[in-house]
Amino acid sequence: MKVLVTVKEVAEVADDFEIEGTEVGERYLEYDLNEWDDYAVEEAVQLKEDGPAEEVVTVTIGPERAEETIRMALAKGADRAVRIWDDALEEPDMLDVETKTNLLSAVVEEEAPDLVLTGVQSGDDALGATGVSLADQIGFQWGAVVNALDYDHDAGVAHVHRELEGGVEELTDIELPAVLTIQTGINEPRYASLRGIRQAQSKEIAPKSLADLGLDAGAVESDLTLTSMYEPESESDAELFEGDASDTAGKLATVLREKGVAE
Amino acid sequence: MSDVLAVTEHRRGELRDVSYEVISAGRDLADETGGDLHLAVIGGDTERFAEDLDREGVDVIHTVDEGEEFNHDVYVQAVEALHADLDPQVLLMPNSVNGLDYAPAVANRLDLPLATDAVGLDYDDGLTVTREMYGSKVETTVKVGGDRQAVTIRDAEWPAAEGVGDAEVSAFEADIDADSGSTVTGFEEVGGGDVDISEADFIVSIGRGIEEEENLDLIRDLVEATDATLASSRPIVDNGWLPKNRQVGQSGKVVTPDVYLAIGISGAVQHVAGMKGADTIIAINTDPNAPIFDIADYGIVGDLFEVVPELIEEFE
Ligand SMILES: Cc1cc2nc3c(=O)[nH]c(=O)nc-3n(C[C@H](O)[C@H](O)[C@H](O)COP(=O)(O)OP(=O)(O)OC[C@H]3O[C@@H](n4cnc5c(N)ncnc54)[C@H](O)[C@@H]3O)c2cc1C
Repeated sequence: MKVLVTVKEVAEVADDFEIEGTEVGERYLEYDLNEWDDYAVEEAVQLKEDGPAEEVVTVTIGPERAEETIRMALAKGADRAVRIWDDALEEPDMLDVETKTNLLSAVVEEEAPDLVLTGVQSGDDALGATGVSLADQIGFQWGAVVNALDYDHDAGVAHVHRELEGGVEELTDIELPAVLTIQTGINEPRYASLRGIRQAQSKEIAPKSLADLGLDAGAVESDLTLTSMYEPESESDAELFEGDASDTAGKLATVLREKGVAE
Repeated sequence: MSDVLAVTEHRRGELRDVSYEVISAGRDLADETGGDLHLAVIGGDTERFAEDLDREGVDVIHTVDEGEEFNHDVYVQAVEALHADLDPQVLLMPNSVNGLDYAPAVANRLDLPLATDAVGLDYDDGLTVTREMYGSKVETTVKVGGDRQAVTIRDAEWPAAEGVGDAEVSAFEADIDADSGSTVTGFEEVGGGDVDISEADFIVSIGRGIEEEENLDLIRDLVEATDATLASSRPIVDNGWLPKNRQVGQSGKVVTPDVYLAIGISGAVQHVAGMKGADTIIAINTDPNAPIFDIADYGIVGDLFEVVPELIEEFE
């Protein structure tokens, strides 16, 4: 079985930052592997270590800078990576779901995986829609927000738990080929070992342009346009305690005593 | 053609709150598009659900009798067929876990641009959606192109629709092939165990700001000194540092203590869903812009590793 994992490099915003137009200023951004994808990579690598998967391939839509993040996934045990980028992708400030679906389905066509794992959402855009949209496009089965996966190789069925609201999980059987969107907590993502990091250096990251994927610029015309970005107006009327740690702790203690919850 | 179609949601025989919220969002939007508000209720006891959903402002309720519980194949096909029939301007769906499991497929199949997790909607010569990015640090407005649009809405952002309406109820016969490669086999409750944090009067809750498992001892000391109940945000449970029954939030427990002390917790929407009902909310966080301060009554902008030891001393 071949597993394809979508891996996104996400931007994280510093505590203090400035907005420039419809973007956060570049100098306030730090890039990292998307939290949810980290769990998806781990799940795939475990499938390989446990037997059913022969190969784990990652796919990323991102500029060259993203290779640092891709190497992280490779260091954790993915075998090789595909990176999609094209000048046409520089333009839109927000890639819509359809664009990502078009790009990723072209890679699925090339790679023909049995199982695709994505994160539930990305930490920056938080659209949370790519995995299920992709599944529909390529005619795979799917399951969203999966927090337990037990794969039955003989039957070709994934027994999954979908984490619903309020501490309830849905138990679902999904036939492969399938796309699963992976929720945090499903496993314990490993740290990349030094050896893994060294090995990752020699693993392949194949760059793909739109033309390589047999697509034209029409495939990446985004229907979503950011028209403004701002810091949400704080509706806060919180009383902030001023002073050093001992002053603020003292005031907090007084409130807790007044409320009668601590003595 | 300028109508709005909103899809409701139910689980284990009960309509979920977001079903009433999607009515409010849909009514406002339909007023702006100048069309009718159509609701879809798919599966379960559709007759009883339709009665309950007949609130002020709803024009037509379409019932699709197919299955008891949510099944994404059924939902995708039912919504697709209804959309083809009604040709609404905007299709609204909940941004719930089940919404995440069918809305993107519907949008893909109908070739509709999709904007998810909307916290605001505005229709004026086209659809504009307000949503958040970077874990609620910024808000954005997004213009959604195309002739027709699909949107999922965040729960608890719109008020629940009230009042009794006089909607037309219409049984919709969709040609649904429910025989697919995915089967729901049951449900499971998680998070039982030694304590029920939903019963607690005073909760000390810790988030990712604690950094390392060893540092939890500091919070345990505070809990002991103040006789509080220990809870946490999701990452602490994901890391296996605390059991699942301690998790507060959308996928954890809903708590309503007299005081909720959030330490090193940013206040992500899924966390807030579980604790916004606390009488008094107090936050300790190094980031003055953390969203938790928006709902806090009292706050300390400071380092938990400096403040918490002092706080323990106050009670020892
Ligand atoms: C479908 C779904 C369901 C989810 N369900 C839940 C749920 O039930 N419950 C839940 O909690 N989350 C849930 N989440 C996750 C949620 O989106 C957030 O990722 C999570 O709540 C963040 O936890 P946090 O606030 O502890 O961590 P972070 O967001 O990382 O925040 C850590 C905070 O600590 C502060 N900090 C750092 N160092 C210090 C210090 N020394 N002193 C003081 N402050 C410090 C930082 O400024 C920051 O604000 C869910 C997500 C999804 C997609």
